[in-house]
Amino acid sequence: MSETHSVMVTDPIVQVKNLDFYYGTSKALHNISLDFPRNQVTALIGPSGCGKSTLLRCLNRMNDLVDVARVEGSILLDGTEVNTQEMDVIELRRRVGMVFQKSNPFPKTIYENVVYGLRIAGVRDKTVLDETVERSLRNAALWDEVKDRLHESALGMSGGQMQRLCIARAIAVNPEVVLMDEPCSALDPKSTARVEELISELREKYTIIIVTHNMQQAARVSDYTAFLFEGVMVEFGITEALFVKPRYKQTEDYITGRFG
Amino acid sequence: MKSFWKKGEPFIWLTGGALSVTLLMAAVLIIVVLVNGLGVFWPSRVATAKLHDGGAVMGEVVRSEPVFEGEGERLQFKIGNRELYGLDFRWVDNSDISSLEYADDSVVLERMEYGNFYGRFVGLNAESLATTTLQDPWQQLRQAHEHVMQQKKQLDAIDDQLADASRRMESSQRKEKLLLYKGRQPSDPEIVSLKQQQDALQGDFHRLLEQQSEQVSRLRAYTASFADVSGTERVMPLIDLVRFYKPNTMSVFSKVRYYLVRLAELFFGSPRESNTEGGLFPAIFGTVMLIFVMSLFSFPLGVLAAIYLREYAREGLVVRLVRIAVNNLAGIPSIVYGIFGLAFFVYGIGGSIDRMFFPEQLPNPTFGTGGILWASLTLSLLTVPVVIVATEEALGAIPNGVREGSLALGATKFQTLTRILLPMASPGIMTGLILAMARAAGEVAPLMITGVVKIAPALPVDGTFPFLHLDRKFMHLGFHIYDIGFQSPNVEAAKPMVFVTTLLLVLIVLVMSSVAIYLRNKMKKRYTYGTF
Repeated sequence: MSETHSVMVTDPIVQVKNLDFYYGTSKALHNISLDFPRNQVTALIGPSGCGKSTLLRCLNRMNDLVDVARVEGSILLDGTEVNTQEMDVIELRRRVGMVFQKSNPFPKTIYENVVYGLRIAGVRDKTVLDETVERSLRNAALWDEVKDRLHESALGMSGGQMQRLCIARAIAVNPEVVLMDEPCSALDPKSTARVEELISELREKYTIIIVTHNMQQAARVSDYTAFLFEGVMVEFGITEALFVKPRYKQTEDYITGRFG
Repeated sequence: MKSFWKKGEPFIWLTGGALSVTLLMAAVLIIVVLVNGLGVFWPSRVATAKLHDGGAVMGEVVRSEPVFEGEGERLQFKIGNRELYGLDFRWVDNSDISSLEYADDSVVLERMEYGNFYGRFVGLNAESLATTTLQDPWQQLRQAHEHVMQQKKQLDAIDDQLADASRRMESSQRKEKLLLYKGRQPSDPEIVSLKQQQDALQGDFHRLLEQQSEQVSRLRAYTASFADVSGTERVMPLIDLVRFYKPNTMSVFSKVRYYLVRLAELFFGSPRESNTEGGLFPAIFGTVMLIFVMSLFSFPLGVLAAIYLREYAREGLVVRLVRIAVNNLAGIPSIVYGIFGLAFFVYGIGGSIDRMFFPEQLPNPTFGTGGILWASLTLSLLTVPVVIVATEEALGAIPNGVREGSLALGATKFQTLTRILLPMASPGIMTGLILAMARAAGEVAPLMITGVVKIAPALPVDGTFPFLHLDRKFMHLGFHIYDIGFQSPNVEAAKPMVFVTTLLLVLIVLVMSSVAIYLRNKMKKRYTYGTF
């Protein structure tokens, strides 16, 4: 890919360079190069199977869990190479949090869900835990709804609440980057609106990379957008520019709904 | 008609029918066991039948059936009095009976030996009479019997002392053997002192035995005479009587009391008369302990193996083969496990332990013979596939998103397992454990060659150091059923006990399963997703 496919990012937090990804023998990502700007929301869009989620899961090495996956190329987090044996995956995942498509609260209380990341990191101090719970839930715009039932099971919440709880859980460990893999695809419009609002608020503290199927959503919440097609990064740019005046026909076809 | 087939109406009937047949079979089994088992201890009336030929038959009417040739019925009497008649049961044709009555003075004696006695109470001898203050002969018998039973307690104390002496003797002899094995000369002072100790113990032993026989002969002097239906009198020492009652005059209340006493004896008493009478406590204890020790081995082993198979092993040909092998293990006949247990645990491991740690005892085995430890290990081998399969399924049923959610927060695989996955899988794991316990409780074949015995002299847990004796042989309800049902010299008389034992075994499985199911449901409420 030549540089013309992409805009310059002055202060990148995550830099992907010449990334190839293989599932067994089939290649899912072709030579992706992309800089994610700090404290901005970047949306990854593209039709199903284009590799958006795969790219996202490379960033915190969730693909390690797939036996047949193989990654080639370089991913830098604040200048440190992520894609090496020496990288401490545990540490990486603490710095790069993730919210999944399907909300996945643990079968524990709301409180325990939020402090899970801290607990496994060995934090025992009750005041720290309490503070974290309040801060994270406030940041996730959930505090007022659940503050009276922190010690009830998280499984009794509504779908939208669960997803926001998962966001609270991810930001409880103070990550630098939050990856969101289609966080609203299982939510109703009202809950979606709340989560989108939340994303806009969170961008002040965190870098957010969001995969979405929904182009209106990408346009609404993101500062930058990358369009992927069949494992190739077609175009990356400031969201407004990309949606108003795409430089490539493929991008234009996709965002105008001609395919995908 | 076509639409009738299309709608699948017959299929509904077929599936429903299959379910009903299954339920019906299970229900019939339970009902047969219940009907036969629950009534055993209820005192039934004693009938006296006068026969046309001038003879008479006395006993409980057990059942009736049509006469094979000709008309009418014949009745089966439990006539007891084995030492007089040789047989406990007798068939009498209805046509031979001139009158059938239930005499008030009919007495049933439960005795330590020779089974029940049916007859009439005649009177006490002079020694027995001396112990009572009452007037009514029946009450006198009761009081005298109580007096003898009180005295018998001293006898039990002597028994305990005897057992203690023999244990000390054994340990002293063991020490001596060990010293000799180590090459000490018989003149060695340590061995000499052991010999002296043994001599002293021998003296104690004889003294105790004498005391015992003296006591016994003294107690045996208290007797009572009873007459059977033909008037033959028999003098019986009171000490040989366990219980006596007049069933034909008993009120419902006293029958209930009798029933409860028998039930208590069943649960807490020891068997007598080659297991066909008395209690089942050693067998109950052995069964429960066997299942418990088995769970202790098979549960952690199975769960850990399943965790490796599901969470750590790389999915591939080898894992698939292992999985098939594990499933097949569950289908191997249990006797094969028994033989393996005998060869590997008893002779292999047990024999090695003997050679290494107890060489002086050889050729007498210490661990190289069947025992509750080896039986438990054999059973845990048998049930481990069940636990593995259940645990694997439980882990597999957890949505992958939960695993990823935990890992994405920086948890290690181990943390994810212990904090999230195992709690979530616990209901399923419990199900596996329930199935394993139920299977283990029902197994008899492998136990028969790895340590079960007809009568165990001591429980595997008792007051002597080291309290837990896993090398000991034990009794088991399942084997008990087989033993008294098919190996007893008097099968007909043992039949009620077979049903009672069966009922008890079913009950134990039921109780243990219920507890496990209760725990599982509690876990389920805590750990499963209701919303997905």
